[in-house]
Amino acid sequence: MKNKVRELRKQKGLTQEQLAEIIGVSRQTINAIEKEKFDPSLPTAFKMAKLFEMSIENFFLFDETK
Amino acid sequence: MKEERKKHLLNLGLWTWSWVATLAIATFGPKFIWDDHLALTTFAIITNLVNGVLMILANRKLFNHYDELERKIHLESLALTLGLTVIVGLTYSLLDQTNIIPFDAEIGILVGFVGLTYMTTLLINRKRYS
Repeated sequence: MKNKVRELRKQKGLTQEQLAEIIGVSRQTINAIEKEKFDPSLPTAFKMAKLFEMSIENFFLFDETK
Repeated sequence: MKEERKKHLLNLGLWTWSWVATLAIATFGPKFIWDDHLALTTFAIITNLVNGVLMILANRKLFNHYDELERKIHLESLALTLGLTVIVGLTYSLLDQTNIIPFDAEIGILVGFVGLTYMTTLLINRKRYS
């Protein structure tokens, strides 16, 4: 799934390691999400939404054709 | 998170070594240490079994500590390993039954195959998601 996690993380001035620590996942998971190789669970997406102060659909872009 | 991971990993490592040690004692003890004493052999086998169960519980604790991507990677690797083990194991058994291979099928070979397959699929899946 397309997402803007990398962009939003950089806007917040966080490293992958720091974001991972805040969300409670591994750095590899953040890296896989940013590279769009892995779609996170709902709780992880909600934690990100709270941190980035926006709703999930604003940074996870669902593509029905995929 | 990392400290807790280390603790679970160390715990699993200790139970694994302990299981291997009790397996070795149960295997070689009757012949080389206590001269086929039935009670001691039974005790060694039960100790090994209990140790094995504790090793599985330690592995479960570590697994439950993984995050969602790590769990997915491990589950995919386990599914592939299980499937391959059933298929290859039955083929190996058939080769033995039909005497196509000139030796008896050993369970140790299958255990080794499980370990190697799990490690390989784990490495491939980790690479896929990195």
